Amino acid sequence: MIDTKTNITQTIIDSLSTSGNKVSFMPDASVLDAVRFLEEKGIPNAKHEEYKYCNLEAVFRRDFKSISNQFSSQLGVAGHKLAGCINLVLVNGTYHAELSDKAEGITVSTLHEADKAILAKHLSRYADVNADAFVAMNTAFCSSGLFIHIRGVAEKPIHILNVISANGISLVNPRQLIIAEKNAEATLIESFISEGDAPAVFHNHLTEIFVDENAKIKSYRLQQEGSKVTQVNTTEAIVKRYGNYTTNTFTFGGSLVRNNLHVVLADDHGEAHLNGLFVTGGSQLVDNHTLVDHQKPNCESNELYKGIAKDKSTGIFNGKIFVRKDAQKTNAYQSSKNILLSDDATINTKPQLEIYADDVKCSHGTSTGKVDENALFYLKARGIGDASARRLLLQAFAQELIEKVEVEVLQERILYLFEKAL
Amino acid sequence: MITIKNLHASINGKEILRGINLEVKAGEVHAIMGPNGSGKSTLSSVLAGREDYEVTEGEVVFNGKDLLELSPEDRAREGIFLAFQYPVEIPGVSNINFLKTALNEIRAYKGQEEIPAKDFLALIKEKQKLVELDAKLANRSVNEGFSGGEKKRNEIFQMAVLEPKLAILDETDSGLDIDALRIVANGVNKLKTKDNATIVITHYQRLLDYIVPDFVHILYKGRIVKSGGKELALELEAKGYDDIKDQFEDATL
Ligand SMILES: Nc1ncnc2c1ncn2[C@@H]1O[C@H](COP(=O)(O)OP(=O)(O)OP(=O)(O)O)[C@@H](O)[C@H]1O
Ligand SMILES: [Mg+2]
Repeated sequence: MIDTKTNITQTIIDSLSTSGNKVSFMPDASVLDAVRFLEEKGIPNAKHEEYKYCNLEAVFRRDFKSISNQFSSQLGVAGHKLAGCINLVLVNGTYHAELSDKAEGITVSTLHEADKAILAKHLSRYADVNADAFVAMNTAFCSSGLFIHIRGVAEKPIHILNVISANGISLVNPRQLIIAEKNAEATLIESFISEGDAPAVFHNHLTEIFVDENAKIKSYRLQQEGSKVTQVNTTEAIVKRYGNYTTNTFTFGGSLVRNNLHVVLADDHGEAHLNGLFVTGGSQLVDNHTLVDHQKPNCESNELYKGIAKDKSTGIFNGKIFVRKDAQKTNAYQSSKNILLSDDATINTKPQLEIYADDVKCSHGTSTGKVDENALFYLKARGIGDASARRLLLQAFAQELIEKVEVEVLQERILYLFEKAL
Repeated sequence: MITIKNLHASINGKEILRGINLEVKAGEVHAIMGPNGSGKSTLSSVLAGREDYEVTEGEVVFNGKDLLELSPEDRAREGIFLAFQYPVEIPGVSNINFLKTALNEIRAYKGQEEIPAKDFLALIKEKQKLVELDAKLANRSVNEGFSGGEKKRNEIFQMAVLEPKLAILDETDSGLDIDALRIVANGVNKLKTKDNATIVITHYQRLLDYIVPDFVHILYKGRIVKSGGKELALELEAKGYDDIKDQFEDATL
């Protein structure tokens, strides 16, 4: 009998290898390791601890038996750009300068055109191909990528608009490298939309981001892909001394979205803030896996994730915090709060704290419940109908996350999408 | 305005209201007194439509309508207002937004248009003055972090904005300082017309010095066991519930 695991993986490897895309910017050693890892381990199934509730092998088996990678050229991105931002448009992972705004004050290019010395120093240095199948897959098969280099203070927010546009069963592996030099400051928005009528798209997105000394990156992720798109979104962030990486993830779309968000506080006095909000409906699944790795002393991390699950949907939060032996005087907080709107919806939460230093302040808490009945009755007793009372309470629940969005046009869009998703 | 006949209600199989009869007419103020746990808040919750309680017997007619058939929101829209004994904190929902939503849903129910923003602000200002509510409180989340007294004052503020036909004030006086008590009572009196009515639930005569009732009822073990004029409250204040308890202990076993 043929081993199905290898079979699926082999299909992918064959189909991508023959598509003629050559990964010229990726270090050869990484590509070789990545392919070897994929061939040996395959796509993780439900037995894999990290993918227990999020069985992507089943998705591959169902939807990606053959991959045609037919991309559509029909595009309507204008409505998705954000006013006042530097809009960078990526179609199926490929940067289109002609659709994008002029990048003033920052350096933007494809990875093919990026500075070789910088690539040698950073690319594939943070995302470990031997740790995860999707990192390996992206590293082996990414055919296009975006490079952003930030020096000094970027005045306008940078908006990376990722458009998936496909007419066939497609697998897309976009790669991004973002370097914030010492003392640099920028706001980064990544939004994810899809077009076309592909029966299925697998979007395996990977970003490595380097936040150098005293640099500050505020980032937002807005996921609103269509109901036929599966997305694995991996972010590997490295924060150096006094650096600050803040990230807010809003997930409203996609059939299955898995976010692997890893932040390494690699030097002292670094800060990481990880926030997230999702609303799932239908049979959607949204899985936020976060890892904050406190490696050095006096760092701080703060994490707040909230989810609302409707219908038969599933929400997952898995938050790991490592506090290494050297990381004395660490402050690490984590909280996950969820609301189930139906008896058929599921939320799984799992905080995991591993602490090897003794002088630390850590706390975590998770809660999953229904809409507060007392509050609901109070609102109704004032004449507010059931539907609007629930809406008010859900808006209130999400408010502290939506309020964190400091870019006004983005906040408006998120609020609109949130209300639409309810 | 409201006629309650032989009302029985239970929670988790335990009967709390055991045959309440009460009639309140427009323009009247009724006080309900009674020892802790006698069912005063249960009665107000049942009237407001709290679904935890099961009405097992009896009927309530409110301005010609079968009240028990209506959803809590429709009761409020018909003009019932309950000032909660324990107002609920709702973080993230601003007082103003909450009141605006409530007012507009009530107006929509009556076939009226939404209140223009300007008029709403004017209304809020006027009613804030009436109950001397700090403008800052109006902008905060509903009751969140309010002191006990501020919560009670906020209830009366809401009542002032929504202008109900029948207001049920469940121990609105508890937790109020002397000045606040006077302000709140004053507010209630100013809102009084010949077309609306008030049920005041209280433990203390003090409030009834300000809001003078036409009738006083004593609720004991789920029944109104005694009714009278305002002098009944004075009598209770002097003697306590001992007589009542002695007299009705057996009957309620
Ligand atoms: N969920 C419940 N399960 C069982 N008993 C309940 C429940 N809720 C209320 N009760 C009981 O119903 C009785 C009446 O309560 P209620 O709150 O109506 O009293 P009250 O007259 O308002 O008292 P107080 O003066 O203390 O406010 C009490 O004995 C209370 O314990
Ligand atoms: Mg009570």
